[in-house]
Amino acid sequence: MFAYYLDLALRSLKRNKVLTLLMVLALALGIGATITTLAVLRLLSGDPLPQKSAQLFYPQLDPYPANRPFSRSGKRVPFLLSYVDAMNLLHAGKAPHQAAVALSQVKLTPQTQQGKPFYADGVMTTADFFPMFDAPFEYGTGWSAADDDSRAQVAVIASYLNDKLFGGANSVGRMIRIEDHDFRIIGVLRPWAPQPRFYALHLGGRDYGKGEGVFMPLQGARADGISPSTMMGYGSSIDMQHLESAQAIWLGLWVQLPTAADVAAYREYLGHYAQQQVALGRFQKSDTALSGLMEWLRSEHVVPDDARLQAGLAFGFLLICVVNTVGLLLAKCLRRSREIGVRRALGASRGAIFAQFMVEAAIVGVAGGVLGLVFAELGLWGIRHQPAQYASLAHLDLSMFAFTFVVALAASLVAGLLPAWRACVVAPAPQLKAS
Amino acid sequence: MEIRPILASLRKHRIPATLIVLEIALACAVLCNAVFMIGQRMADIHWPNAIDEQGISVITVNGTDPGHAASDIPRDLIALRGIAGVTAVAAGTSMPLDQNPALSGFTTTPDGKTTVNSSVYFLGRGGPQALGLHLLEGRIFNDDEYADSGFKGFNSTGHVLLVTQSDAQRLWPNQNALGKVLYTNGRSWTVVGVVADVLAQDPKFSGPGGRYSTVFFPLQPDGAMGDYVLRSAPQDRARVLREAMDALSKLEPGAVLQGATYAGMRGDYFADTRSMVWMLMLVCVVMLAVTAFGIVGLTSFWVGQRRRQIGIRRAVGATRGHIMQYFQTENFLLSTAGVVLGMLLAFGINLYLMSRYEMSRMPWYYLPVSAVALWLLGQLAVLGPARRAAAVPPVVATRGV
Repeated sequence: MFAYYLDLALRSLKRNKVLTLLMVLALALGIGATITTLAVLRLLSGDPLPQKSAQLFYPQLDPYPANRPFSRSGKRVPFLLSYVDAMNLLHAGKAPHQAAVALSQVKLTPQTQQGKPFYADGVMTTADFFPMFDAPFEYGTGWSAADDDSRAQVAVIASYLNDKLFGGANSVGRMIRIEDHDFRIIGVLRPWAPQPRFYALHLGGRDYGKGEGVFMPLQGARADGISPSTMMGYGSSIDMQHLESAQAIWLGLWVQLPTAADVAAYREYLGHYAQQQVALGRFQKSDTALSGLMEWLRSEHVVPDDARLQAGLAFGFLLICVVNTVGLLLAKCLRRSREIGVRRALGASRGAIFAQFMVEAAIVGVAGGVLGLVFAELGLWGIRHQPAQYASLAHLDLSMFAFTFVVALAASLVAGLLPAWRACVVAPAPQLKAS
Repeated sequence: MEIRPILASLRKHRIPATLIVLEIALACAVLCNAVFMIGQRMADIHWPNAIDEQGISVITVNGTDPGHAASDIPRDLIALRGIAGVTAVAAGTSMPLDQNPALSGFTTTPDGKTTVNSSVYFLGRGGPQALGLHLLEGRIFNDDEYADSGFKGFNSTGHVLLVTQSDAQRLWPNQNALGKVLYTNGRSWTVVGVVADVLAQDPKFSGPGGRYSTVFFPLQPDGAMGDYVLRSAPQDRARVLREAMDALSKLEPGAVLQGATYAGMRGDYFADTRSMVWMLMLVCVVMLAVTAFGIVGLTSFWVGQRRRQIGIRRAVGATRGHIMQYFQTENFLLSTAGVVLGMLLAFGINLYLMSRYEMSRMPWYYLPVSAVALWLLGQLAVLGPARRAAAVPPVVATRGV
């Protein structure tokens, strides 16, 4: 039966090529726009570390004076930590893994004669960064907590930087010149760039993109005078030479808490710590916060508003296209009242007529999906040539590919419902009488 | 034109009529909001900025030894000044729209509670001239003030500053700012001049209130100065920038240099915004096209269905004009219904967007403007089918089919 409906539907679609083309085109445009924007939105709001994100938490403290709150409302807890607090929490060792992070733009000087110095995004962090974030190594390893304490001049570099500086060879043991100081390379990462770049939030880096080029031990880098990209002072003035003791926040801290009990315990510890600091006179407020990774990304509005607006707009557009398709399908099917009358008179049931028209709508949907996929690829190609940070990442993955057809079929079947219903309630007798 | 027969016929074709109304309403709602967003973003792109945008080129120098700044910067400036076509040159810490916000909180009394955040620029000797600041009141810095001012913990060790008109208004509403004093962290500075509004380093970050809250401090050559500002005639810009880059790369072999015309910097800052504007425009055009084709499709079907009735009307004396008018009026009625519904929808969407995003209230005139646009679109779309209807010969009435 299905094959017969397919045949009927194809004949009917062929009979009025312009109308069919119009329907398919409109549906494809709507689907193309929707899939393009959804693919971008999915990319932007994705989970940067799916296997780990549920265990990663971001503690916050409030060292700001009461008469000079961090935010105007006074309700927000500062999003970064001072060095003293970050180190206190780090050394308390209340979680199996913890790492303090700061970003810095660093000058790299190639060792070759003709190489010009250039800037790269750098991360200053502590030993647990790599195991906690599951950063994969191509060569070598990360550094140890002992290297942190001894201010070791070692570095881990990203795969793209290794390609650029060493042609992709194993560069472990070679030297790299960072901000006019020599660091020994002890590890090379595989291509690794969680999106969004959760650990870079508020640290002066990019929220999306290919990731940082070089990773250095925090204390070692600071010993060489490498300063963080972002710092905010809450005291009288910031002494750049002594950021470690300055009244300034410039570090993010991540902790790994595997179970809910660990989270509760850490939350309690954080509260105690803040109260202790108030008692010591270092803090005036005992506000704290501990957010999970995904919660943190949501609360900091990491997904640009424009991306959401675009997706909303595309949905509105798809809706218009679906209404348009309903109208055109309806026009087509009402024009065929006589054919329906004849089929009904010859014994086709209402269900059969309904099925026939739904098959026709589905064909339009599949065609719209295929063409929509072309439009979506075109749209994503366009986005890759946009100046946005995330531009180069825009692509269609397998699930979005499948989702395109789901959307296309759903849209066309919804669009087909009304016309098919109108078709199946056509009374056969008057249609036959007219001829 | 009699409307009642049209209404009667529409009542018989309720579903297609509803669909057209719905499509126009949705298009109207989306169009209103999209055009509003386009307008807002276009306004952002054209934010005024009272510096000589067309004459300035900027070279950012990074990775030099800050310890040598005191001798290197004057040496570099002499070399840059020697380039033919350069009318002014100066060093500074940052530039408007360079995307690196540098904000400081100031109070208007020594123990003030409420701080106003302003974007802070430090200018070397000749800075106001190189930028082309537009002095409204008072004076710019004198040589002693440059020599007297250092940079410590993000604050000026000098005693004077310039403020923009907007910042002056924000700090001392309805008062003359000249001679007033700003305080922060136990230091104080006297306002010696008021200049026309200059944008923040990152006005999107500073928000609507802080976009033009800007202050300028004098600064002697210092390691914090990363920018060289060159001013020339617009037609010399490209050459001046090229020659300046060459000169600096010889003088500062270990540095990383980045040169751009100011027009280019402005373009970079708004690149995201511009691409969003293009995207919105594209969606609007395609959406209107889809809506128009939808109207054409449904009306054509209608005309096809009513050939017999049209023939009868023609046979009993209606002119081609009457038939045309019939379909045009019908479309006008449907468009009106769609537009009324669409305006309500547009308003609702705007309210929703206002609650969820940084969106302001849509001015009322967007509604009638897009209503007129959709009316016109409807009339244009119906023109073809209506003409085909008018071409139906009266003889059709006498035929069986």
